[in-house]
Formats: sequence, C-alpha cells, structure tokens
Amino acid sequence: MSLARRIIPCLDTDGDRVVKGVNFVGLRDAGDPVELSARYNAEGADELVVLDIAASRDRRPTFIETIRRVAAELSIPLTAGGGIRSLEDARSVIQAGADKVAVNTAAVARPELITELSREFGAQAVVLAIDAKFLSQPATQTNNGPEPSQPDAPVYAYLSRPQTSAPYWDVMVRGGRESANMDAVRWAQYGVAAGAGEILLTSMDRDGTQLGFDVPLTAAISRAVSVPVIASGGAKLPEHFAQIFSEGSADAALAASIFHDNVQSIRVLKQFLTAQKIEVRFPC
Amino acid sequence: MNLLLLDHGAGNVTSVERALHRLGANPQRANTAESLATADAIILPGVGHYSALIRALDERQLRAPLVAAIQRGVPFLGICLGLQALYKSSQEAPELNGLNLLPGHVSSLPANVKLPHMGWNQLQLSRPSRLLANISPDAFFYFAHSFAATEPNGEAVALCNYGAPFVAVIENRNIHATQFHPEKSGAPGSQLLENFLEASHS
Repeated sequence: MSLARRIIPCLDTDGDRVVKGVNFVGLRDAGDPVELSARYNAEGADELVVLDIAASRDRRPTFIETIRRVAAELSIPLTAGGGIRSLEDARSVIQAGADKVAVNTAAVARPELITELSREFGAQAVVLAIDAKFLSQPATQTNNGPEPSQPDAPVYAYLSRPQTSAPYWDVMVRGGRESANMDAVRWAQYGVAAGAGEILLTSMDRDGTQLGFDVPLTAAISRAVSVPVIASGGAKLPEHFAQIFSEGSADAALAASIFHDNVQSIRVLKQFLTAQKIEVRFPC
Repeated sequence: MNLLLLDHGAGNVTSVERALHRLGANPQRANTAESLATADAIILPGVGHYSALIRALDERQLRAPLVAAIQRGVPFLGICLGLQALYKSSQEAPELNGLNLLPGHVSSLPANVKLPHMGWNQLQLSRPSRLLANISPDAFFYFAHSFAATEPNGEAVALCNYGAPFVAVIENRNIHATQFHPEKSGAPGSQLLENFLEASHS
C-alpha cells in the first residue's frame, strides 16, 4: 500500500478545441476537449490538466465553458491553467469545476499571486507551472533583479541567477517564448514557500521531441522541494514513464499528443508500469 | 429524502453535487439553520484550509444547528475537511474549536514525506464497513491534504498510511466521513457515495 504514481493527460486548448505543437509552436487541431476528457476518464487517467494556451481576455468565456463541460465528464481531479492572473480568474475556473489552478507567467510577474491563491483555496489547489530550459553556457551578465519600480525587488534579487558560467535551468515565460532569467530550482523552492502545493515542471528542451522526459531536471527539482512534482515534456514510450518515476523521482507524469493520437494507451501504459513494480492505480 | 449539501462557501460543492446527480440523487444546496433542521441527511464537503471551513460555519451560524442535527441522529457524511471538522481541533488552526463530536485532534502528517499527500492511495480496513460495501479492498481513492487524524480512537473503519497511519474512513453511528474525495475517486468513490445514500434511506 503506497501512494500511486499518477498519469496525467494534458489538453492544450485554444478556444473550444484541443491543439498541439512542437516546442510550443506550429499548433494544429487535436480534437474536442469534452470527448477526449471522457475517454481519458474511462481509460484510467489519474487526473486531467486543461491549459488555455492562447490565454487571451476575449477568449476567456470560451475557456471557462470548456472547463465546465470537461468537469461534468470527470470523476477524477481537474487542473485548469493558462491566463490565471488573479484571484478572480482562479475563482471562475474553480467555480466551473476545476479542483486546482496552475499559474506560470503571472506568478513570475507577481509571486504574491501564489500566496493569495493558496490562502484562498488551500495549497493543494495551487500548482506552480514552470517551463525550464537548460542553459549550458549562461550569459555572464544575467538579470540583476527587477526594474527599480518593482515593489518586490528582494524577491527577484534572490531568484535571479548570480553571475556565473555554471550551467543551470532557466525559467521561461509567455508560453516558452521569453526568458525570465531565473534559476528554475530556486524558483520552485520559492514557489513552494509562497504556498504552491505542487509543481508542474515542463522541460522546454524535451517538449515535443518524444525523446523521453528530462531526468536531470526533474530529479533536481524533486530533490529541492517538499511537494509533489509532475514531470512534463518529451514522453513517448512506456519506458520513458518508468524512467521518470524511478530515476527522476517524479510523483506524476504528464503527456498530451501521445494520448490524443492513441500512440500510447493509458491502460497499456499502466500495465507496463505495474509489471515494472511501479505502483500505479490499476486496475482503474 | 431531503439530502442537504451544506454549501458553506469554502469548498468545491459543485463536484460533490455532480457526483450525486450521476447517482440519481437530488441534493439541496443550502447554508441556513432551517435547512439543517429539516434535513434527512447531510453532506459536509470541504477543501482548503481548516480555518476557512470552521470560520464559514461560525459566520453563518451553522455550528449549533449542524451539531444538533448530527446528535439527533441525522445521517452525516463529512468529506476531507468535513472529516477533520468532527474532531476537537486541528494543528492547522489551533486557535479554533472543531465540532468536537469525536475525541482527538487533527495533526500535520510527518515531514519526511512530500506534502500535501496528493494522489491515489489505498486503504487498510479495520472492521466491516457500510460505506465500503461492494468496493474492492484494493481500490484507490483520491487524497489531497496535509493534515489528518493520526490517533484513531475506534471511530475509523479504515486507515491509510502516508508517513504515518491516519483515519481514512469513519463510521460512528450516524457519523460517516472520508479523508479522501469520493467525488473525485472514480468508480469506487461513486460506490461509496451510493452506499451513504443507501444507509441514509434505511
């Protein structure tokens, strides 16, 4: 008897459709969110994540409606993310049926958001999503902290990478397009101290490659924080999942296109993991 | 049957409501003393911080009518914080008084495991249970919490173990409660809710 490792399909949505892309670009249609959710719920997914990748204000009502329709299909937990910038944004998706909210760019811009959400909904409802990219040759001149107008300068001074040529994982924001010049390990620790109950960790280096999860990144973050870590980016084979649980110390593993395209069935994946003596919820 | 879903404002009542609808039940969402006085069965969901639930009950003056209804023998199901609220107090907010319907306190799970305890875990049955009838002893249920009743006093029909053993399912006369979320626990969770509805009818 022990806590099962979780398999989490992720739906990246734009408007009322699921989309997919490689390295966060080249999006194409991958199906209907409600249909896919019902299928994953029946196939043994342990949770579901739905992200609004456009996260634009005018499409917000569509996303809320998607969350409402998806939640109605599920008897497993649901995380909603993308464009959550305030307590009100979070409340609207939670009222629509989400159990947790994932924050990313908005939390980097204003870390207090994590604390506000945690106080209101509890740490178990706050997922800090981090998109991390390996910098093997960091620029010697990195972010020295925020502009003087930033009210919380000490936060960024702490999080920005000290001038060093040692490799590290940089935090990326705005869908992976911009560097935040922050050390992902320190940002994860900061986020947990601020009230995040879980880390959703995406490797920008592995995302879309199907080469397997990023073991060193996941292991580094998992060792550094006291909350569960969801590994994301690069999954294709059942062996990739086994590896990220055993070597990467991930508590959960997330994937999108391999499930959407039926490259990997959740049931077969769980059979494989069970045979590898990795505890999963099975039969489910 | 007048099934009351206590909508205290702190917790995702909607998912419990949906799970009950799927079973053909028709719960009434309410948060008044009158609704508690006339309920044939009561479900108290709760997620988040212990203080949010206790304060919400006190602010809406629901504590006394809720305790009275439970003491009257109205079938009760507490979920997550709704289980923790039954005890004297919680380490999560030591300054507040719980409902004090069960002896003992709620404490933090040990720091040698990742917290929150988040995800699917199994139960260890202590004695036969109405709530767990027709559910495989190997079934997994969905947990999301950092605090728990770690010193059972005979109220538990099932424990879970995460860093330490803790109370996962309570059956004590009309008092039923689960530390996990049956509304998020797939088919076994649905069966548990159905078992509660059946126990409430009889």
